[in-house]
Amino acid sequence: MLKTLMTSAAIMVCAAAATAQTVGFSQIGSESGWRAAETTLTRQQAEERGIDLKFSDAQQRQENQIAAIRSFVAQGVDAILLAPVVATGWDSVLEEAQEAEIPVVLLDRQVDAPDDLYLTAVGSDLVHEGEVAGQWLVEKVGDRECRIVELQGTTGSSPAIDRATGFRNAIEGHDNLEIVRSQTGDFTRTGGKEVMESFLQAESGNEICALYAHNDDMALGAIQAINEAGLNPGEDILIVSIDAVPDIFKAMAEGDANATVELTPNMAGPAFDALEAYWEDGTMPEKFIQTESTLYTQDDDPMAEYEARKDLGY
Amino acid sequence: MRRTFTRVLPQLLTLAVLMALVTLFFPQFLAVDYQGGRLSGPVIDVLKRGAPVALLAVGMTLVIATRGIDLSVGTVMAITGAAAAWAIASGWGAGTAVLLALAAGLVCGLWNGCLVAVVGIQPIVATLILMTSGRGIAQLITEGRILTFNDPGFAWLGSGILAGLPVPVFIWILTAVAVAILMRRTALGLLVEAIGINRSASALAGVNARVLLIAVYMASGLCAALAGIIATADIRGADANNAGLWLELDAILAVVIGGNSLLGGRFSVAASVLGAMIIQTIDTGILLAGFPSEYNLVIKAGLVLIILVLQSPNLASEWYFLRRSLTQRREPKPVPSRVKE
Repeated sequence: MLKTLMTSAAIMVCAAAATAQTVGFSQIGSESGWRAAETTLTRQQAEERGIDLKFSDAQQRQENQIAAIRSFVAQGVDAILLAPVVATGWDSVLEEAQEAEIPVVLLDRQVDAPDDLYLTAVGSDLVHEGEVAGQWLVEKVGDRECRIVELQGTTGSSPAIDRATGFRNAIEGHDNLEIVRSQTGDFTRTGGKEVMESFLQAESGNEICALYAHNDDMALGAIQAINEAGLNPGEDILIVSIDAVPDIFKAMAEGDANATVELTPNMAGPAFDALEAYWEDGTMPEKFIQTESTLYTQDDDPMAEYEARKDLGY
Repeated sequence: MRRTFTRVLPQLLTLAVLMALVTLFFPQFLAVDYQGGRLSGPVIDVLKRGAPVALLAVGMTLVIATRGIDLSVGTVMAITGAAAAWAIASGWGAGTAVLLALAAGLVCGLWNGCLVAVVGIQPIVATLILMTSGRGIAQLITEGRILTFNDPGFAWLGSGILAGLPVPVFIWILTAVAVAILMRRTALGLLVEAIGINRSASALAGVNARVLLIAVYMASGLCAALAGIIATADIRGADANNAGLWLELDAILAVVIGGNSLLGGRFSVAASVLGAMIIQTIDTGILLAGFPSEYNLVIKAGLVLIILVLQSPNLASEWYFLRRSLTQRREPKPVPSRVKE
């Protein structure tokens, strides 16, 4: 009996793999440019792979996401992508999907639910991003003395905490690097500019060797502050930040910024890879697929990167 | 002139004490350099960074004097900034962008004013509508992204230099002086106060309260538009999510620190802008002192609390009675005579 069931299941899987797959995608909303880019890239990836994507925008509400997942289950999709708006309250709806034998892949954020309820989670490691930024700076300055100022994200937010930790991990043991000032710029351009102005007053600009900003927007604000103080951003003060939004590539092309670490909005690519392997022969992926935190510098043709990104909806 | 000086004396003293306090933690606070044709130093930063809140406080003072409140000013900054950035991105030039932003501010003020004066909704509710929905309007204009531009003429309004000082400093000082002169050299200020003290009485006395109320909210919208232009020009981009976020609360705080009553009536524009400078001195001081960012808001709240407690009229009268009872204890004679009265 079991054998018959398994064979028929295998036949069904093979048959399904031959025709176009349908995937439901429950997105949080479009609260930031990054998320808009994630939506655009998910659609692009689905189109390239010939996957029929059913998209649902939850407008920041969990009940909308739960309703969307139930409707995907009712439609009998082949897989569900979920970018969960909050961490809790997913158990029952994930069980429903599991009973219908529909694999669920979490994008970008995690949930508080037993990990057998979903196939895998795709996300970035925020601590690792900070480490990549720190390692770049360590290599760039070599043995030179370097006084670093840090623009932190919103106080208490997990990106701010993790990106600060990662950076400190990377520069630990290099005594020539020292973080002399650290203050929050709230992830905004205005915040970055205002706080950088105070750093320049407090540390007298030419003694600052590098700026580490927890996101690109703050770095872009700080670049203006450095320019207005009559210094040369990118040369007098090295600038490394995280996110890789289009505008930072423009700044890099102009020589104002030095490096950025990408928080890729392409979470769907690895998710579809895992799903395709699973549909093919039932390969179970790892429970957490970490996206690459690629480092971009001025040598990586920033203008081309800018052109490639500017229409993604950032 | 002397009356104005005595009126703003407590604010001036507070500012002086605060500056001394910041100097304790950051000794070069009062140092001002002159290089490359511009003055630079923490005090100049305070004057420049305080521009948006000072401008909002000018408009807010008038609104509060009529016993109203305008919660939408932060959002109006986002809308007007987005409108200006959109105009520049569409290639209309800096002049048109400024005019469009000012017009958008006036329209927002007209909307608020009509809700308050014509429809009769309470000011806090009427302006709350625009406060919450306005960021959506701003996002529609910017299409949800940070709309950047590169127009040196417009950027000059936010980060340019005129006679050694940043341009925003001139904008807020000129606006404050113009409004103060308009209010005090004409009867306008008196009429605004009359509405705040008793709207029906002033209407019966022949003041056109409805038109004046709408005008006051439009003035607040205009001030918010100027603040929005400065904020947008400063970072050369319109950030619909973050421009002016929570600044309406700083503006109200500035008016209150300026000693103006939230119940309307007597007001002083000079005291309000001094209040804005007090808030900015705290903000800049915290940044310069180099405390961990977790303490920022706690320190600010503590200082604001101390300032407001010292200004509290209750405390002043308690202090008066305390002193009196102390002197009375030494000379017990006057007590029975007071009872007889």
